[in-house]
Amino acid sequence: MEPILSINHLTKKFGHLTAVKDLSFSINKGNVYGILGPNGSGKSTTLGIVLNVVNETSGDFKWFNGTVSTHNALKKVGAIIERPNFYPYMTAAQNLKLVCKIKGVDYSKIDEKLEVVNLLDRKNHKFSTYSLGMKQRLAIASALLNDPEILILDEPTNGLDPQGIHQIRQIIKDIASEGTTILLASHLLDEVEKVCSHVVVLRKGEKLYSGRVDEMISSHGFFELKCENEDALIAYLKSNPDFGTLKVENQLITVFLNEPMEAVTFNKLMFEKGIVLSHLVKRKESLEEQFLQLTDKL
Amino acid sequence: MLRLLNLELQKLLLNRTSKILIFVSFVLPFTVLILSSIKINFFGFFTLELGELGIFNFPIIWHITTFFASQFKFFFAIVVVSMIGNEYSNKTLKQNLIDGLSKKEFILSKFYTILFFSLVATLLIAIASFFIGLYYSSYTEASIIIRETNFLVAYFVKLIGFFSLCLFFGMLVKRSAFALAFLFILYILEWIIFGLISWQVNMDIAGKIQNFFPLKSMYNLIDQPFQRVMMTKFPDKADLMYDYGVHWYEIAIVLCWTAIFIFLSYRLLKKRDL
Repeated sequence: MEPILSINHLTKKFGHLTAVKDLSFSINKGNVYGILGPNGSGKSTTLGIVLNVVNETSGDFKWFNGTVSTHNALKKVGAIIERPNFYPYMTAAQNLKLVCKIKGVDYSKIDEKLEVVNLLDRKNHKFSTYSLGMKQRLAIASALLNDPEILILDEPTNGLDPQGIHQIRQIIKDIASEGTTILLASHLLDEVEKVCSHVVVLRKGEKLYSGRVDEMISSHGFFELKCENEDALIAYLKSNPDFGTLKVENQLITVFLNEPMEAVTFNKLMFEKGIVLSHLVKRKESLEEQFLQLTDKL
Repeated sequence: MLRLLNLELQKLLLNRTSKILIFVSFVLPFTVLILSSIKINFFGFFTLELGELGIFNFPIIWHITTFFASQFKFFFAIVVVSMIGNEYSNKTLKQNLIDGLSKKEFILSKFYTILFFSLVATLLIAIASFFIGLYYSSYTEASIIIRETNFLVAYFVKLIGFFSLCLFFGMLVKRSAFALAFLFILYILEWIIFGLISWQVNMDIAGKIQNFFPLKSMYNLIDQPFQRVMMTKFPDKADLMYDYGVHWYEIAIVLCWTAIFIFLSYRLLKKRDL
């Protein structure tokens, strides 16, 4: 696979505070990546470094195998960070024209991209008259101007109302479906779960995990069970090494699997043991549960 | 180079405040110049015609016009300072870098704009002075007209130096108003240091050292012309004699400062986390 961005042993210190600690990962073409982490875990700092606005303390990063300088590489990247930054006294079209001049893109792209984010009818209005949702959509249009090889989004739905969040997510999904590589930093897990195939999990500047979403923790899932004869069930589960942690809450028994096991197999096994279940569900941890499990471990 | 200049001009000319300030900084010295060159009749009591004083004669006109025009540089200084301040307050500096402008290109686009406006200002003053001179001057031989046109070079260098200083202060404090305050502080500081040296050593040496200070060295490029006008009226008064010429070392000092300010601005931006 073709690497777009590779980060090697990146460290950033702000005085005594270490915002990013010895971070390494790489972004390959065609995947949708999420960077997860609680507030202050170093997500924005990491993005700031690769986007040329924050200086690294040590380590390095390479865009497109290091064949081009960082600022030229950024011309092939589309990025929006935190909040949309534009010249308030210019109209949307004028702002985008300026970005075209910086990136060396043809002006014809302006209308095309404004159309994508549904702002074409407001193109000649000043940026200062825009609502936050419109500003954020303009930022996406601006990031898309150069048909980027990778789109970097840092908290793209922060501070938006439900409609705004929905619109932005829809745009992101559309872009992802066209095969554009996306790097999405967020602390909103359902957002990441819905669009990302890979995740990098950060906590206090350190990498906890990087890889596919569904392989995030080595878990075989868990069963949620209910039955009349609770004591017999619990006694059996405790005696069998295939089962791990066991929780009882409101007559709902949750048991984690140490070995892979299908619900059918389990049901059969129970029946053979003379235990009749009134409730059986096999589940995997949601991204949120996995994430909390990972970040609480340390 | 054109791309960077074009970029900055779009930022400036679409902003109403800076557009007005740029307009004022060009038009005001012009108007003053033209008003002073026409004959003003005070309700029949007396007529005031500055041209009669001989200040619009070649070659002294180059000295007079550049000296007065340079007093209006403050308007464009506000533009320079605010073009940095705005980039910080709108966070567009950050966005520009993310969009793929390098930090070097960012500083260069500001510097090219300074060069461009200084050049335009110099050309305008040159053209205006030339025509007013042609109209009033008693001597219009080419050799006399060309003499002392080095004041135009001095004017150009003076503008570049001063605006580069503004650019540096803008980068340093990130806010327009504070940057202008810094200019004033620097002015006072230069005089305090001058005072300290002349108190500790002597005035002669203090004066020589002061000539190397940024603001003083820029001022030195075009000395005040009043004494010179007096000299033309009273040629026998030898004690009025002073050195008003433009010297290569004065230009060299200011160009050095310009290079230092631009380099420091770049260093500041490079080291800074945005």
